[in-house]
Amino acid sequence: MHLKSKDLLGIEQLSSKEICLILDTATTMKRVLSQPTKKTSHLQGKSVVNLFFENSTRTRMSFEMAAKYMGAASINISSSGSSVNKGETLLDTAVTIDMMATDFLVMRHRESGAAEFLAKRVNASVINAGDGMHEHPTQALLDVFTMRDKLGHLDKLKVAIIGDCLHSRVFRSNLLALTKLGSEVWVSGPASLMPLDVESTGARYTKHVEEAIQDADVVMSLRIQLERIEKGLFPSVNEYFRYYGLDDKKIKLAKKNALVMHPGPANRGVEINSALYESDRSVISEQVTNGVAVRMAVLYLLSLRRNIYERENL
Amino acid sequence: MNARIYNAKLIFPREISTVQSNIQNINQELSEIFIKDGCFTEAYDGPFDYEIDAEGMVVFPGLIDVHVHLREPGFEYKEDIASGTRAAAVGGFTSVACMPNTNPICDNAAVVGFIKERAAEVGIVNVWPIGAVTKEQKGEQLAEIGLMKEAGIVALSDDGASVKTADMMRKAMVYAADFDLTIIDHCEDPTISNGGIMNEGLASTQMGVPGSPSIAEDIIVMRDILLADYLDLPVHIAHVSTKRSVQQIRAAKARGIKVTAETCPQYFIFTDDDCRGYNTLFRAYPPMRRPEDIAAIIVGLQDGTLDMIATDHAPHHEDEKDIEFCLAKNGMSGLETAFSASYTYLVKPGYLQLEDLARLFCSAPERLIKVGRGSFANGAPADLTLIDLEQSWEVDRFKMVSKGKNSAFHGMTLNSKVKYTIVDGKIVYHDI
Repeated sequence: MHLKSKDLLGIEQLSSKEICLILDTATTMKRVLSQPTKKTSHLQGKSVVNLFFENSTRTRMSFEMAAKYMGAASINISSSGSSVNKGETLLDTAVTIDMMATDFLVMRHRESGAAEFLAKRVNASVINAGDGMHEHPTQALLDVFTMRDKLGHLDKLKVAIIGDCLHSRVFRSNLLALTKLGSEVWVSGPASLMPLDVESTGARYTKHVEEAIQDADVVMSLRIQLERIEKGLFPSVNEYFRYYGLDDKKIKLAKKNALVMHPGPANRGVEINSALYESDRSVISEQVTNGVAVRMAVLYLLSLRRNIYERENL
Repeated sequence: MNARIYNAKLIFPREISTVQSNIQNINQELSEIFIKDGCFTEAYDGPFDYEIDAEGMVVFPGLIDVHVHLREPGFEYKEDIASGTRAAAVGGFTSVACMPNTNPICDNAAVVGFIKERAAEVGIVNVWPIGAVTKEQKGEQLAEIGLMKEAGIVALSDDGASVKTADMMRKAMVYAADFDLTIIDHCEDPTISNGGIMNEGLASTQMGVPGSPSIAEDIIVMRDILLADYLDLPVHIAHVSTKRSVQQIRAAKARGIKVTAETCPQYFIFTDDDCRGYNTLFRAYPPMRRPEDIAAIIVGLQDGTLDMIATDHAPHHEDEKDIEFCLAKNGMSGLETAFSASYTYLVKPGYLQLEDLARLFCSAPERLIKVGRGSFANGAPADLTLIDLEQSWEVDRFKMVSKGKNSAFHGMTLNSKVKYTIVDGKIVYHDI
């Protein structure tokens, strides 16, 4: 089985079978990561360009490490210090990179739809590393990978996602992935940070955080941008933590072995308190390792897809 | 120019009962139209400069569009008066009223004069400038409304944005009334649309695109209605796109408030779901809304709540549309498709009849801008649009004559085709 598309733009375009293929492949890749010599030749002779228009440490590094462990040449371009600041359009920049025989274009961009816009116009495989408030597919893949790894399955899990769903691409991608795999997503948070039609997206919404967390298998807290206070979306950090921050009291409502997750970087004491962040329930650090494995799997599977694609176009 | 058009099926506007029409039309029984010296006349024996056998065609009074952006001066790379009026002629429009958001902004008599001169020089159809309500459309000081009227404006608008404050709107309505001008208001409360670039709803949520709620429009529509009521003065609402706005306007009209309104084909055809895939051709303000809004707009067109159809023809350069969704410019190139789209989506399904389209495209726009056209009145300038209702055609945006190739109708098949456009008795477009 192969991936259908040359690009990974979002979870929306993936079938549940494709998601499982990525997760299974990531399991193998994780084994590679635990070996003393972490070198494979899956991507020998391939090139990966990380094009990041928004600040990112973990996602950018994760992609870079994934590419390097598999033998690809990888370089990073961030918006400062590139021609993007000189008025060149995104398309011109991407086409320039594409013309250098680039195989993979990993892009993070502040505008929703930017990855899809490029994918139609370049030969390289575009991997969406986060576009605006739209999707962050590799984050969702590493999240569901972590859940499956820890809980053994993804069938009918109750996953509570707490926080700023309105602005969160992590929420959108996780919702799609979990729904496709047969789990149930509950959301809660300040109503001012919930999308208008959140229930019609397939999520269960409750204004009571406790109800969302009750008997949950997984509790995921989202990062809150402090600028949202200035925009009038919630009053203060203090009030946010009191009602929506994860702490020992709230987490007791979840199942005994429930996982605590966070896409990182976390504001400790705002979305989640430090003790919980570091507790046994927390898999936040493991999410980082799994992120590399999942990105290796995505790069590898897309390279197989590219081989077919290139053969077809000879 | 003298001419005869025979075998013609004339389409007379059907007015909503409350409208008093005292136009002396040419004889409705006739299937012949005579044009003498560029004007309609009862009978004329010739000689004729041309004769048209209109067998198989319907004949409308020349269509009038009260809301276009011709982009000249300042944005000639998007459109100019020559290309924009050529597009109008292809679409069957014999008169277009152009919005003042040019560069420099049309907020003084000199720019009005420039547009009139250019139109006389290169224009193919009648061009009627609309002046800015406020200087530089900033919403702070009144523009020289009287002097612009003398120079030839037919209405006022700060289109692209609402007249900024209720206070400024009030002052402008009162001042403009002395010059018998109506303000056309683009209704959008920017404090609540807040950077939203498509309709707020499930599609915007799933696409992760900031949404603008429909009430951003409704709040300003309500403001303008209340002002019109309080001042007992007219106001015209531009490009109505929401169910609540239709309801408010209907209720206001029932109370005798002097509000008129237009909508555009895109608002009774497309929905926010058409934006999926980040298709920038569907980016416009107001944004494409929901099916229930479309349903309300169609009823509004049927019962006269919405007086007319305009295009909001907003040509843009390809570089401004072939770009990330969030950065793309708002607006659609609409002149060449508006009539056929309206026929296809309103008359074909049976919502309206041709006589209603004649009201929506001819007589009602004339009542707003008062340029002495839009009818078959004896002695009036002979503006005509001849249409073959049986011909269907596929829209190819790259073949449009407008410089703005940004048509959302690309690839769609539309019914009815404009065959002749006649301005002042002169054929300005003939589809062979």
